[in-house]
Amino acid sequence: MSAKESVLAKAVWQETKPASPAVRNSRKRSVSDFLVYAAGAVLLFIVACALVPGWIAPYTPTEMLTDRIMQPPGGSHLFGTDYFGRDIFSVVVYGSRDSLLIGIASVAAGLLAGGAIGALAGYAGGIIDMVLMRLLEILMTIPGILLALAIAAALGPSLANIVIAVSLSAVPGYARVLRGQIMSIKGRPFIMAAHSIGTPGLSIFLRHVLPNSWAPLLVMGTIGLGTSILMGSGLSFLGLGVIKEVPDWGTLLSQGRGYLTVAWWMATFPGMAITLLVLSVNLIGDKLRDRLDPKHTRG
Amino acid sequence: MIRTLTARLVSSIMVVLGALVLVFVIVYLLPGDPVFTILDPATATPEMIAGMRAQLGVDRPLYEQFWDYAGGMLQGDFGKSLLNDEPVLPKIIAHFPATLALTVASSLTAAVIGIWLGVLSAIHRNRWLDVVVRIIGLFGISMPTFWSGILLILIFSVNLGWFPAMGSDGWQTLVLPALSLGLVGSGFIVRLVRNSMLEVINEPFIVTLRSKGISERLVMYRHALRNALIPALTMIGVLIGDLLAGTVVIETVFSRQGIGRIISDALMAKDLPVVQGVIFFSAIIYVLINLLVDMSYSIIDPRVRRLNARRQAS
Repeated sequence: MSAKESVLAKAVWQETKPASPAVRNSRKRSVSDFLVYAAGAVLLFIVACALVPGWIAPYTPTEMLTDRIMQPPGGSHLFGTDYFGRDIFSVVVYGSRDSLLIGIASVAAGLLAGGAIGALAGYAGGIIDMVLMRLLEILMTIPGILLALAIAAALGPSLANIVIAVSLSAVPGYARVLRGQIMSIKGRPFIMAAHSIGTPGLSIFLRHVLPNSWAPLLVMGTIGLGTSILMGSGLSFLGLGVIKEVPDWGTLLSQGRGYLTVAWWMATFPGMAITLLVLSVNLIGDKLRDRLDPKHTRG
Repeated sequence: MIRTLTARLVSSIMVVLGALVLVFVIVYLLPGDPVFTILDPATATPEMIAGMRAQLGVDRPLYEQFWDYAGGMLQGDFGKSLLNDEPVLPKIIAHFPATLALTVASSLTAAVIGIWLGVLSAIHRNRWLDVVVRIIGLFGISMPTFWSGILLILIFSVNLGWFPAMGSDGWQTLVLPALSLGLVGSGFIVRLVRNSMLEVINEPFIVTLRSKGISERLVMYRHALRNALIPALTMIGVLIGDLLAGTVVIETVFSRQGIGRIISDALMAKDLPVVQGVIFFSAIIYVLINLLVDMSYSIIDPRVRRLNARRQAS
């Protein structure tokens, strides 16, 4: 936009709206843009930790420095050391892999299952729709964390089982959104037109209905990623996580909880890592919603 | 009114029955032989195992087990704990007040903080206060409760010594857990209240009120907020259910003796009847809360009330 055009645009803007909100709006947008960039940077760093922890962590996570047990943060140990003399920063860096994996895999599994159910219910309609929706309603009466807790306990502690437990509680949400979207697309003239020229049902669904309905699901998935990470680490915190040499953040936090009075850093930093990860994901999810969902009211 | 109420009630009952089946299925999936919750696998003879199977009824066909379980549950007999023979329902009822108190306290905390910050954010839209409030809200929904709980313990119990870090007796033990759960809820409410306030502020009746010269304070708090609260109310209803479930984690963090604690202990010990009982009990409470929220909706919003009345008349 040239300088002249921008002046013109501003003048038009000022005619329709009072001056101050426009100015404030631009300032606010720059703050929120900055936050989104910061979130992106944090997320990239955490992904790097998960992919190449060896490049980032100063120590190996299992290395026990017996002469440096429970050192407070500072010096050569950014997050301090634990009761084995392990460098907490390194353990957190290596632990990012499981925490991130649980979140991403749960969302993917939930989207696939929920998407399939929602697509079937929305496109088939009738009795199939009714039965599926009632089943989901029942699933929704059991609060997410309780359901995940029971399922994780039922299936035994493993990464895959935590993923199943976490994703199952998100399925109804995804299914409902896609169903609603498909039902609203289904009645549009261009779909009827496709039917009238004899396009097979499956092809209409794949080529016309689905591409026009999945965007809200993507937004929901991004926002759901934060919830899944929180729930996964919650299950680990309660002791349903995988027992491994390098624990994930939830397990790490619950281990540190026992040393609260003597070594505050042991529980504080893994929790901060979870918070930062979820915060970044939520910030990016919000931005994505603003972009993709025109109905969503912009602040 | 009565017709809509009956319909809602019937569908709630159906959902509770469905939950009954679901709970049975989940618990049936639990691995390990329930017999070994009681017997020591190292010393038990095959006769002892068979005897215990018969005593627990797990040797019977599945449909018979389900029939007994469902019949018992619906008559209020939740069975007995495998660990100490304690009846499950009285145990849940004995521990429920602690959980209920925490749920109510954290819902109130969430509502007060959320509505207050949401209004503040909407009034100061796009100024720095708004940005700060929104970041606080985002933090609220991004922090794991078990972490914020631990931080609160660190600050207010370990360092300042203002509130106890554990236990469930007295109001002092409620403050920290309610705050850490309430923060999560307030994060959601802030957003909702802010958005619906912004929508209401643009309505013609607000312009009318302003042009009448009513003070901005009155316009915001008496007129705009009242209308903006209606969508927030549904959210709070959903949240109460979530907060109730969230007590599972927070009761562990603060060592509170509530039903959340019962279930996490029972899961570790594979004490099936207790697990079944608590999950079914919370499903009933969840459905009940949703029913109440739906009803309060029509009481608070006269438009819904009139709509219902009109529907009935026609």
